Amino acid sequence: MRIKIVALCSSLLTLILLASAMADEIPVAVAANFTAPMQMIAANFERATGRRAVLSFGATGTLYAQIKNGAPFEILLAADSATPAKLEQEGLAVPGTRATYAIGKLMLWSAKPDLVDNHGQILKTGNFKHLALAAPQLAPYGAAAMETLTKLELLTALQDKLVQGENIAQTHQFVSTGNAELGFVALSQVYENGKLRSGSGWIVPAGLHTPIRQDAVLLAKGKDHPSAQALLQFLHNNQSRKIIESFGYELE
Amino acid sequence: MLEPADWTAIWLTLRLATITTLILLLLGTPVAWWLARTRSRWKGPLVALVALPIVLPPTVLGFYLLLFMGPEGPLGQLTRFLGLGLLPFTFWGLVVASSFYSLPFVVQPIQNAFEAIGERPLEAAATLRASPLDTFFSVVVPLARPGYLTATVMGFAHTIGEFGVVLMIGGNIPGQTRVVSVQIFDHVESMAYPQAHGLAASMVVFAFLVLLVLYTLNPTGRRP
Repeated sequence: MRIKIVALCSSLLTLILLASAMADEIPVAVAANFTAPMQMIAANFERATGRRAVLSFGATGTLYAQIKNGAPFEILLAADSATPAKLEQEGLAVPGTRATYAIGKLMLWSAKPDLVDNHGQILKTGNFKHLALAAPQLAPYGAAAMETLTKLELLTALQDKLVQGENIAQTHQFVSTGNAELGFVALSQVYENGKLRSGSGWIVPAGLHTPIRQDAVLLAKGKDHPSAQALLQFLHNNQSRKIIESFGYELE
Repeated sequence: MLEPADWTAIWLTLRLATITTLILLLLGTPVAWWLARTRSRWKGPLVALVALPIVLPPTVLGFYLLLFMGPEGPLGQLTRFLGLGLLPFTFWGLVVASSFYSLPFVVQPIQNAFEAIGERPLEAAATLRASPLDTFFSVVVPLARPGYLTATVMGFAHTIGEFGVVLMIGGNIPGQTRVVSVQIFDHVESMAYPQAHGLAASMVVFAFLVLLVLYTLNPTGRRP
């Protein structure tokens, strides 16, 4: 009996090991704001090539710290252009593989249908309890939100109302559950097929913050993995570009 | 080595743990007493309910607390009705969340201590005509002292160590909801390792001292 169990366990283990060795998988680190489009692109990629992108989502700063400390990612889709450049400088990314895959837009958004007007005047009235944004030191959309508030000269007035999510996904969660009346989210989180999915929002004009250029880069761990390179290319084909645009990003 | 912001976080965390522990000792005592004495068929489900936070991931607690305390949630509507506003992103929201989170660590040791007392001291007190309340405070509580010590220390320490729930409902506000564990997370994420070490090492020393005190003072006390 015992021998049988041991035999069963070891054959199961072999199966699991085999399965993971056989599948051609590409570990990809994805900035939280690009979650939804990347899931669609990865599904298309798998359908087209039979190769699987394994996606990990997080704040760009978090992902950077993980990559620097040996995370197995082969590709980084950052929410900024600074992080991929830094990784390249530090020898953790392959030189010459950086490219902008999307230009992000910042939106002041509320889950309530009438709260945010077309010009963001609500910010000046201060007529709300909490304004959510992503942690500016970790997430580029958070930094852009900070810049916007500074430029509008509202930062000091609103300081006490700010609540921070660790990344843009958590920030969106604060606003969508109504716990924060409004917040700065990525347009891609609330936008689909050319319009807002729900609530009300104001697209922050590009002049109020430095453009959020989102760069992708091949990491050192994916240097000799052709599938990783193929996925990077796949991001720029027409099908992927259409998906990216439908979520409210701009393209180069 | 510690910045002013770190001290703010430490002070906030200590305040949170102290208030939460006091609330839990007050609320936990009747619950533990009932669980220790009852033969009701509801005992099983209630014991399981109290123990839930031990096995649930903090993300589950955090997610449901966010909905529960939010504008659409029952507790959110109650606090609004009472004119208290909403609980997420506030210190008192963290107190409520921590009270759920640390509940089993306070109730279980007290319940164990009550159960260990048995019937005889209670019967003896009754033959001496002590009222139930008198019996409780003059007989039960002193006999259950080791349980109370364990409950206090574990409830306090466990609240200090809280992270996932705070992250999900706190909003990272300095002096309000940015507790030590979140402050360490921020230091690490922004690659400020020296600052992270300062706080993290303090936490290790603190946790060791707490457990040392607990096991020295209470060598026979049951662990939760």
